[in-house]
Amino acid sequence: MIRRPPRTLAEHAPILFPALMLIVFFVIPFGLMIAVSFFRRVQGGFYEPDFVLANYERFLSAFFGNVLSFSLMLAGLVAVVAVAIAFPFTYRLVRLPHPAQVRWLVFLLSVLSLSEVIIGFAWSTLLSRTAGITNLLVAVGLMEAPQSLSPGFGALLAGLVYQAFPYTVLVLYPALARFDFSLMEAARTLGSSPARAFFTVLVPALRNTIVGTVIMAFVFALGSYLLPQLLGRPQHWTLSVLITDQAIYQSNMPFAAAMAVFLVLVSLALVGLALILGRREGSQ
Amino acid sequence: MRSATIGSVLAGLLALLLAVPLLVVAGVSVNAKKTLSFPPQGFSLSWYAEIFTDPGWRGALVNSLTLAGLSSALSVLIAFPLAWFLWRWKAPWARAFEILGMTPFILPPVITALGFLSFWSAIGAYGQQWTAVVSHAVFFVTLPLVTLSLGFAAVDRSYVEAASTMGADDRAVLRTVILPLVRPYMISGFAFAFVLSLNEYIVAYMSVGFTMETLPIKIFNALRYGYTPVMASVTVLFVAITAVIFGLIARFGDLPRLLGAWSKSD
Amino acid sequence: MSALVLDGLAKRYGSVVAVHGATLRIPHGQFVCLLGPSGCGKTTLLRMIAGLEEPSGGRLFIDDRNITEMPAHKRDFGMVFQSLALFPHLTAGENVAYPLRIRGVSAADQRKRAAELLDMVQLPGMADRPVSKLSGGQRQRVAIARALALSPKLFLLDEPLSALDAKLREAMQIELKQLQQRLGITTIVVTHDQREAMTMADLVVVMSQGRIHQAASPVEVYRRPADAFVADFIGMTNLLEGEAAGNGTLSVPGGTLVLPEMTGNSRVLLSIRPEDVVVHGNAEGGPNRLAGRLSFVRDLGASVELRIDVAGREIVAVAHPKDRPSVAPGSPVTVELPPQACVLLPLATGHAERAA
Repeated sequence: MIRRPPRTLAEHAPILFPALMLIVFFVIPFGLMIAVSFFRRVQGGFYEPDFVLANYERFLSAFFGNVLSFSLMLAGLVAVVAVAIAFPFTYRLVRLPHPAQVRWLVFLLSVLSLSEVIIGFAWSTLLSRTAGITNLLVAVGLMEAPQSLSPGFGALLAGLVYQAFPYTVLVLYPALARFDFSLMEAARTLGSSPARAFFTVLVPALRNTIVGTVIMAFVFALGSYLLPQLLGRPQHWTLSVLITDQAIYQSNMPFAAAMAVFLVLVSLALVGLALILGRREGSQ
Repeated sequence: MRSATIGSVLAGLLALLLAVPLLVVAGVSVNAKKTLSFPPQGFSLSWYAEIFTDPGWRGALVNSLTLAGLSSALSVLIAFPLAWFLWRWKAPWARAFEILGMTPFILPPVITALGFLSFWSAIGAYGQQWTAVVSHAVFFVTLPLVTLSLGFAAVDRSYVEAASTMGADDRAVLRTVILPLVRPYMISGFAFAFVLSLNEYIVAYMSVGFTMETLPIKIFNALRYGYTPVMASVTVLFVAITAVIFGLIARFGDLPRLLGAWSKSD
Repeated sequence: MSALVLDGLAKRYGSVVAVHGATLRIPHGQFVCLLGPSGCGKTTLLRMIAGLEEPSGGRLFIDDRNITEMPAHKRDFGMVFQSLALFPHLTAGENVAYPLRIRGVSAADQRKRAAELLDMVQLPGMADRPVSKLSGGQRQRVAIARALALSPKLFLLDEPLSALDAKLREAMQIELKQLQQRLGITTIVVTHDQREAMTMADLVVVMSQGRIHQAASPVEVYRRPADAFVADFIGMTNLLEGEAAGNGTLSVPGGTLVLPEMTGNSRVLLSIRPEDVVVHGNAEGGPNRLAGRLSFVRDLGASVELRIDVAGREIVAVAHPKDRPSVAPGSPVTVELPPQACVLLPLATGHAERAA
């Protein structure tokens, strides 16, 4: 087998089907969505081809500004908290013996793949009055009567961090698993305490990875579309929720599409930044 | 030694924290009566039985399993030739399709969902059940693409060269050497896509939300329109299926490697 | 008629030349070693012969048929890879039977032939062993059996013994040579180990920097190296720069040598093997003798290595212990360079090659 550029049609044949599928069912829908964002909405939940900027002009409203700034603030908070917990955790995880590591990975993957619906349901149950943890606190005498902790900002934050945590661990995992821990041991032999070695050797060495992971967790949290509805109040709705709401319940596809285009641009810019940071560290 | 103990305690606490919402749901699922209470009042497995006896829940379960099975199979069918092509030929331009395959997974899911909603309604196929299969297959193609790329990278090219000096053409090499060697990666990719498709809500909802109920859609509708403990039992069933599948991947494949613990050259 | 002809076979990777036009005729039944340091292009040349690398130029013929464009799977050559490339998902027997399976031979015949082949490489009864359960030497034999399964026209081996330990390697060299003689199959082996090449080859092809320097029998390559690179690469040698006077005399640092067969007058390079240098434990002059000082003695048991400083240059001599001069390091000695052992090499190309 000689690895060279393919020449004949037969040699190109294998890529035809995947290429066709990805173009027809990803590129075209994506392009269509961008097109729709410039369409004009007509009453009755429909839209017709046009080229108007009205959908984008709505970004200038105070309502949209509030949703956007809340979304960014929430995603940022979730990302920072998730990385703050996940980094020391992953640092320990990669040094566990192989079987224990695999058990943890299975557990984390299971939590990660849970539907947002299920996470939302589980957390609203956990924080509910009738079945929530407050019942435990009442049972041990710390509280007078059980009360509901959901919906609310705290409930939303807890749910989002819960959802983002396994993702964050798995983004950090390759970098930490490949990290040369002899550097840390060298610091230890020079008299550093474990905590000092962690903060003076590991954290600076992986600075770009950490920043990149914060960005990835940020984009991940930005994508959460159900938890704000299930665990938050209407003022806690994020851009993703608003897009869903506009598309499905308000039947305003052009505006939903315009917001989606905006979200794509923000996400792509951030992911690009994360990739550049990751590559820079990889080349060092 | 002391810091190691503290670390273990913290790790245990974290595991508990991750498990607690699911444990509470598991507790709720065995309530004897139709109440949302914890600790459970009485003990009953009837809510588990209802998943299979109630036509609505059973239908949703069948829909979900069918959708997950078909879409993850289609995902593998899209990913395999692409990953093989990239490995077999020197074609830098084809990397563009690899990036396309990775994109839906990185972007917020709402975006892909909205793209499909515009597309299916534009071609007049909105609400037809097969559209959910195609949507999920494209949405999750990233997973088999990643596992298969790792799988191909692990195939020593000298195996292929050896086979070709022994008279095997491309097709024979694929059948007798490559397929047996990448099969574990193919199965992992299928399993990852299967589990995620089973749990996926928004893309399915925007494709077929009003004509077909998958389990996540049914749970969500139930959340909005009235509580039933079946939601809890179904959740436990889901967690169990998910954990079993990942457990199997870990049993028959190298999970740390699939998740990137070693670089390609190792 | 030649079995295999390379006609200017070349390989370039962008601006890097891996193999300059290689031209070579290999007769039927020969055992050929492509020998050279790592990166000399020998593996690339072998891979072009196998059809695993597309030549950038030149042609390749087998039995007068042009096979330059023929894909590897149609060439009917057997090849053993450096990594051995045994299929990890198949047993030893299935590996050996693989080429038969590809050609649609029945399962029963595959088993029968695999057993015969494993017998041939002295691995009887190993057919059902998984590859991972075999030792390094056993894997080697399975790879050889597999490459020979279809009685190929050409048997190619890329550094086949490099993974084995020294003792096993020597035994396998002899075994491989005997197997080749028994089967009479044209064989090409790539190696960087000159002892290996000397042990096995009928024809040694010495390569460096993507060029063939010399293709000749082992004895000729050793005794009559074509240039300074070959002289230096094969075994040990002393290289002395000298000026030929045209009358059969050569002035070298430290004296003048009389070499009757020498013609012409130019600067040349004289090569003489250490075992041909005779050391006399006195300062007496004589024909072809150079005065020097013994600087170092190394006793190797079976032989003695003597280093002599002659006019600021070191000449190495290897003597049998009984011929060892009875002088201590630091004493004056003379070294004799017998004319029949001296090989004159072109100066310019030799140095150019080494410096390039």
